[in-house]
Amino acid sequence: MTQENIVYKKPTLMNDTPMHYCPGCSHGVVHKLVAEVIEEMNMEERTIGVSPVGCAVFAYRYIDIDWQEAAHGRAPAVATAIKRLWPDRLVFTYQGDGDLACIGTGETLHALNRGENFTIIFVNNAIYGMTGGQMAPTTLLGQKTSTCPHGRDPELHGYPLSITELAAQLDGTCYVTRQSVETVAAIRKAKQAIRKAFEASMQGKGSSLVEIVSTCNAGWKMSPQQANEWMQENMFKKYPKGDLKDTL
Amino acid sequence: MEQEIMLMKGNEAIAHAAIRCGTDGYFGYPITPQSEIIETLAQLRPWETTGMVVLQAESEVASINMVYGGAGAGKRVLTSSSSPGIALMQEGIAYMAGAELPGVFVNVQRGGPGLGTIQPSQSDYFQATRGGGNGDYNVIVLAPASVQEMADFVDLAFELAFRYRNPAMILSDGVIGQMMERVVLPPMKPRRSEEEIRRECPWATIGRSKDRPVNIISSLELDSQEMEKRNLHLQEKYRTIREHEARYELTTTEDADMLIVAFGSAARIAQKAIELAEEEGMKADLLRPITLWPFPAEALREAAKGKRGILVVEINAGQMVQDVRLCLEGSVPIQHFGRLGGIVPDSEEIVGELRNFKKQSS
Repeated sequence: MTQENIVYKKPTLMNDTPMHYCPGCSHGVVHKLVAEVIEEMNMEERTIGVSPVGCAVFAYRYIDIDWQEAAHGRAPAVATAIKRLWPDRLVFTYQGDGDLACIGTGETLHALNRGENFTIIFVNNAIYGMTGGQMAPTTLLGQKTSTCPHGRDPELHGYPLSITELAAQLDGTCYVTRQSVETVAAIRKAKQAIRKAFEASMQGKGSSLVEIVSTCNAGWKMSPQQANEWMQENMFKKYPKGDLKDTL
Repeated sequence: MEQEIMLMKGNEAIAHAAIRCGTDGYFGYPITPQSEIIETLAQLRPWETTGMVVLQAESEVASINMVYGGAGAGKRVLTSSSSPGIALMQEGIAYMAGAELPGVFVNVQRGGPGLGTIQPSQSDYFQATRGGGNGDYNVIVLAPASVQEMADFVDLAFELAFRYRNPAMILSDGVIGQMMERVVLPPMKPRRSEEEIRRECPWATIGRSKDRPVNIISSLELDSQEMEKRNLHLQEKYRTIREHEARYELTTTEDADMLIVAFGSAARIAQKAIELAEEEGMKADLLRPITLWPFPAEALREAAKGKRGILVVEINAGQMVQDVRLCLEGSVPIQHFGRLGGIVPDSEEIVGELRNFKKQSS
């Protein structure tokens, strides 16, 4: 096969370690996009990722860059220091909904509001995957999890938190967007969003947040196909896709 | 070079020393009685001179995780707080110990428990010397007894922290933080260059390079066999630190038959008490542990030889006295004297304790 015939190849930053993610999970695709963007920006040797507590805790096993594994919710604080102390490096956090929108709300909103020059990749699948399917801050009303087995009831559990809308309100953010990765077209748009956010952080334009509305077919107890459909029908209503803020 | 002698508070000395010893970043949250540290840094604007980053964080939880991030990236990073804030930082400190990160944090102690009081105390001794967070670990603990030592211990804490890849704490208190004394500031030392960091911290996450595998800072290991190995490695490191880094100051009086053991501001007061006691014909030596962990056990056993009694003076309900008892294993009568809730004992009280103790043991 000649070079011109190659239409796709795995990013070299992605290694061959078998992933711990469930088949059908969105994380693998999001990891690949992050790796592709770092490669295309030629930042392989100048990037530091910060992984969360949650399903993506082992992100550092799969993408061959330097990583720090943060305490639950603290990734934006960790990234703040790395970026301030190494301002010419590309720094990003990779966090789930529990890490970012629940236990780490304080660190997340304050880092974004300070306009720290790093990007948050926010994978929102509306459930705690790693601990076995408990309610998340972004769990939809009526959605069943192991800690709201009769469906999320606002009287009992409060309302789903639209933290990305909150982030868009903050003066420190330059780019806030919501994407998904369930179709080829969506994957392409999500990649463009990650690239735009990473470039903005390197240009010192402020904080950026790229939310990826994602599936957790294992936690949702669905097939991957059903999970994609359920996400399109239910998640996108509460979490509509598109740019929430773009000052670039 | 001419010495720079200044009159300043202990808290201010920490800030000046931090800039002078090549600190790369300070991240902190205000709390009494130590807010002068961040206020002094804000006044001095080191980001315009040495390039040191100074950031007021949103909480102590964020501060310590900023120290984690900065230390993980090979930088000399400092935070400071007082007792309730240090309690909040324990999660991050345990993660730093687990990931073997060399950060420094200052605790200017106030009375507890809970919100307690803003007055001085030494009641965080247990928390400081027993780890403080979850898991089997220790942090190196330095206890300054003067404004001069506040200044001197910043660089020392960083040196020890990086030598052993372990967090180090300066355990001060509201007396040392707030009182003003003459201080000789340490000489200016430049911040380390990228090349120096690459050489001295090959483990730091500053971007991978072709000549090494990727660096990963983490305290996580799900395989118990591997996790036990990591723990054994930590224990081996702690053994080395115990062997090499115990520091103390011994002040002797001729023919002393009593020994006072005290650290930090309590040692300063005890020193005065010993002078007063001598006027009554009572003679005591003073052992001042400078490192609380590692505890100077050998020096204590040596200093206790031939003594009729040992008085442990602390501004708490009896914490270091437990280490003294463990160390001497009942070979000498030991008593504790302490004041609580932000009350600082005076030298007359200590002389009274010494008098009673002597009466009982004669």
